[in-house]
Amino acid sequence: MAGGHSTYKPNTAFERWIDKRLPLPRLMYDSFVAYPVPRNLNYAYTFGGILSIMLVAQILTGVVLAMHYASDTGLAFNSVEKIMRDVNSGWLLRYLHANGASMFFVAVYIHIFRGLYYGSYKAPRELLWILGCIIYLLMMATAFMGYVLPWGQMSFWGATVITGFFTAIPLVGEWIQQLLLGGFAVDNPTLNRFFSLHYLLPFMIAGVVVLHVWALHVTGQTNPTGIEVKSKTDTVAFTPYATIKDSFAMVVFFIVFAYFVFYIPNFLGHADNYIQADPLKTPAHIVPEWYFLPFYAILRAITFNIGPIDSKLGGVLAMFGAIAVLFVVPWLDTSKVRSAVYRPWYRLFFWVFVLDSIFLGWLGSRPAEGTYVVMAQVATLYYFAFFIVIMPVLGLLETPRKLPGSITEAVLARNAGSAAALPDGANAAPDKNA
Amino acid sequence: MKTILSGFAALAFVFAGLAGPTFAAEDAHDQAEPTHFPIKKPKELDWSFAGPFGTYDKGQLQRGLKVYKEVCSACHALDLVSFRTLHDLGYSEAQVKAFAAEYTVQAGPDASGDMFDRPAIPADYFPAPFPNAEAAAAANGGAAPPDFSLIAKARAVERGFPTFVFDVFTQYAEAGPDYIHALLTGYEETPPEGLNVPEGTYYNPYFIGSASLAMAQPLFDDMVTYDDGSPQTVDQYAKDVSAFLMWAAEPHMEDRKKTGFRVIVFLLLFAGLVYLTKRKVWSRIEH
Repeated sequence: MAGGHSTYKPNTAFERWIDKRLPLPRLMYDSFVAYPVPRNLNYAYTFGGILSIMLVAQILTGVVLAMHYASDTGLAFNSVEKIMRDVNSGWLLRYLHANGASMFFVAVYIHIFRGLYYGSYKAPRELLWILGCIIYLLMMATAFMGYVLPWGQMSFWGATVITGFFTAIPLVGEWIQQLLLGGFAVDNPTLNRFFSLHYLLPFMIAGVVVLHVWALHVTGQTNPTGIEVKSKTDTVAFTPYATIKDSFAMVVFFIVFAYFVFYIPNFLGHADNYIQADPLKTPAHIVPEWYFLPFYAILRAITFNIGPIDSKLGGVLAMFGAIAVLFVVPWLDTSKVRSAVYRPWYRLFFWVFVLDSIFLGWLGSRPAEGTYVVMAQVATLYYFAFFIVIMPVLGLLETPRKLPGSITEAVLARNAGSAAALPDGANAAPDKNA
Repeated sequence: MKTILSGFAALAFVFAGLAGPTFAAEDAHDQAEPTHFPIKKPKELDWSFAGPFGTYDKGQLQRGLKVYKEVCSACHALDLVSFRTLHDLGYSEAQVKAFAAEYTVQAGPDASGDMFDRPAIPADYFPAPFPNAEAAAAANGGAAPPDFSLIAKARAVERGFPTFVFDVFTQYAEAGPDYIHALLTGYEETPPEGLNVPEGTYYNPYFIGSASLAMAQPLFDDMVTYDDGSPQTVDQYAKDVSAFLMWAAEPHMEDRKKTGFRVIVFLLLFAGLVYLTKRKVWSRIEH
């Protein structure tokens, strides 16, 4: 692990016996107790922990739901209603799982934006970032397939539209679509394989999360200053410092989660999904879940042909490109300074990007007509320009503000104003007893 | 900080400029050729079950059940609702048994392999008025009347921006009953001039799918007899049946909100304790 040698000391004969054979306690101690984290992490850095616990929560509720669910087109819709009505606390399990997916995405979007703001993807954390992008992709696949399972109208038509994207790919498109569907249209084989994969993918996510955390522990965390850890005074021990701060953030996050589950459990869903799937009746507007809306807007923004690429393929390419571009962000950003705190211009463009993404989300929920299309095109243009133009060019042009010498220096300088209020000898160094 | 703020301001300005005409376009409604539905948004009513401490009004649910039984159930099924759940409406076990026994369901096969009819028991579900969707469609001019088990959650008129943001804080979750009430009370004899209402359909500006629907106005004053002195008006019938259908769609709502209150109070207290611990731990160093 980062920070060199292990500081784990087995205290009892039993621990020594274990440590010689399978040093799992040592691994845990080094990773989650002694592991040094920068002392200046703010609450934006707590979302990694929140995401881990959300993954666990989703798997737990999901496993129990699967005990009551029937993945058959004739039974699926009513089996979900059986859960809602007759299974003990079934309504709670299902609302936790459905809203949990939304909260998972809320957390992951904050996590990703935090990474973009503080330059967390920059060397030497490129692989850490890419692993995160892979987790995000797996999450999207899992969420999409999970949404199909209740077999409502939006389940069915969402699946029809999204698997239809693949037909835009030349030569192999139709074949891929049929492979996904297990036939020529969304039907029983589709539902069955989606259920199977929806159960599989979370465990793949868990696997990649292990790699993600491993990579994190090799390079160490970034921090709001973007300066690497230089001395021992720059860090604090993971336990108790990060543990307690993460715990507080998790509890607050759970309050928001609970608010949705218990008071507005259907706010983030779509009313049409309480109508059983009907292949003969197309809903007036087919919209995906809210967390896909920005990409849906990008897909529909391409209404024109570009040379040999027709608008359909162009839209699909733009949509996948909007995710693919994340993978190369570490090499698009040319700035020598990591954190937006010291990059006034980048900071401005970043916040515009955040608003642009939210705006795209709203546009994704609108019908693709009239001024909406134009607005979506402008917003899509900015989305890509942010990564492909602003990131590389700004890094070369921008004059960053002066960086502090170290994390400790930054903390002390920031607190200088309020330091007078602190008692004499307020520790500059981490507590020795910690 | 200043750059950020001025950036935000500029951006908000641009978005407002872009969005303004869109909203205006949405508001302009051609009476003769409406482009999106419903033509009129449903009115928001006060429901006893709204808000964080909302509970169902049992008297209202019983009246709603009566309206459903005497009027709606002629065409609309309630497939997912079993008689035993009618306890929730405040009926005793004997009353539920007696209520169920008024219905006849097919059971079997018996020992000799024959299907037979018997009075329903509490474990049975409301029998459907038609044997299948095709029969339902054939008897109703080609449009099968939708099942009512989930209708109160399956219909929601879009709220639009920024109302949907406020809805998070006001906990507005009554779009379904609001819509049902608006539809049932919203029939109009004479459609606006120039509007073409297809034969066999009835103009209703609150209908979510188009300008008119295949169902004629189903409720009229004094159609159902109330024995608790409630007004026997279309408006009251519509309110009662909407509340009943909300219960049918979300039978555990009271339980949900009660549990939610306990969960949130616990989490708030717990968050306070964890926060104090966090402060204590972090007070050892500057951060």
